[in-house]
Amino acid sequence: MKWFDRLRGETRSARAAKERLQLVLVHDRADFPAAKLEALKDELIAVLSRHVEIDSRSVHITLTHDRDQQRLVADIPLASARARRRPIG
Amino acid sequence: MTATVVTITSGKGGVGKTTAAANIGVALASSGQRVVCIDADIGLRNLDVVMGLENRIVYDLVDIVEGRCKLRQAMIKDKRLPDLHLIPAAQTRDKTAVSPKDMQRLADEIRPDFDWVVIDSPAGIERGFRNAVAPADLVLIVTNPEVSAVRDADRIIGLVEAEEKGPPKLVINRVKPEMVRRGDMLSTEDVLEVLAIELIGVVPEDEQVLVSSNQGLPAALDPKSRAGKAFRDIARRLNGEQVPFEDLAARDGFLGRISRLVRPGGGS
Repeated sequence: MKWFDRLRGETRSARAAKERLQLVLVHDRADFPAAKLEALKDELIAVLSRHVEIDSRSVHITLTHDRDQQRLVADIPLASARARRRPIG
Repeated sequence: MTATVVTITSGKGGVGKTTAAANIGVALASSGQRVVCIDADIGLRNLDVVMGLENRIVYDLVDIVEGRCKLRQAMIKDKRLPDLHLIPAAQTRDKTAVSPKDMQRLADEIRPDFDWVVIDSPAGIERGFRNAVAPADLVLIVTNPEVSAVRDADRIIGLVEAEEKGPPKLVINRVKPEMVRRGDMLSTEDVLEVLAIELIGVVPEDEQVLVSSNQGLPAALDPKSRAGKAFRDIARRLNGEQVPFEDLAARDGFLGRISRLVRPGGGS
């Protein structure tokens, strides 16, 4: 498939380079390393679990970066929500 | 006249800061402007050999700062380009021999008699970097299309902005058009998207740069060198000219070669 990728101008390792850069720079700019984010996630799950039943394996916490703001975005699905996702009737 | 002070820095070592400083200095001086290049990498003197002036050093930057000589005595005049001068770094001292304030005073003393001061910064983010950036009116950041170099460039951009030096401009050095074309090297667009700063030059990888530094004749003096042309373009942009960026990746392919044959003057 290599020749096909080249024909279409598909990126190969350059794409990986760009994606890795974008990710590492979000953490660099916020001075908040990825491993620290993992630790925060574990603690957050522990705290939240005391108050509400959450689907801890589907929790996603990401650092995002746009022009002038960095933010932590947390996606925390509730365990009970999974049941409701089943098709009704 | 009052000189514009341009500092060339990068964060990461080995990306081509000294080559860029020498070539931009040469390119500016060949257009008849009065230029002083300053090697701010104290302890690791290098700009002198790249410019081919290593045999003429008597005094250095630290000698000026510590009052052992007059500014003019430490300035080496380039015999090929009478408007080009070099203030070499001290070889036996370290970065702490000079302070950011010293560099500002030195630049202020040079400014009235010249058009450009080009400062070659050491790698890193410590004292040497701060010395080099302190007097800058404009900072150029040199990077390579490579993950580690771009990451360091991003860090430096943050530090330059923190020094309130205005937005730095980017030089992407050592681009291999063929690798970009096949998707194995970050393109100019990729790097610009990640770093979000203004571009001032894209310099292709060019064996002539090594040949030039072997001989102490910067590539900007060689009309046939592609990298030399890219550095001359940077000098023109510094002078406010609108010089289009060449699409290196497109030109190096088969069609590019054909179009170069068809359009004389479009090449080199």
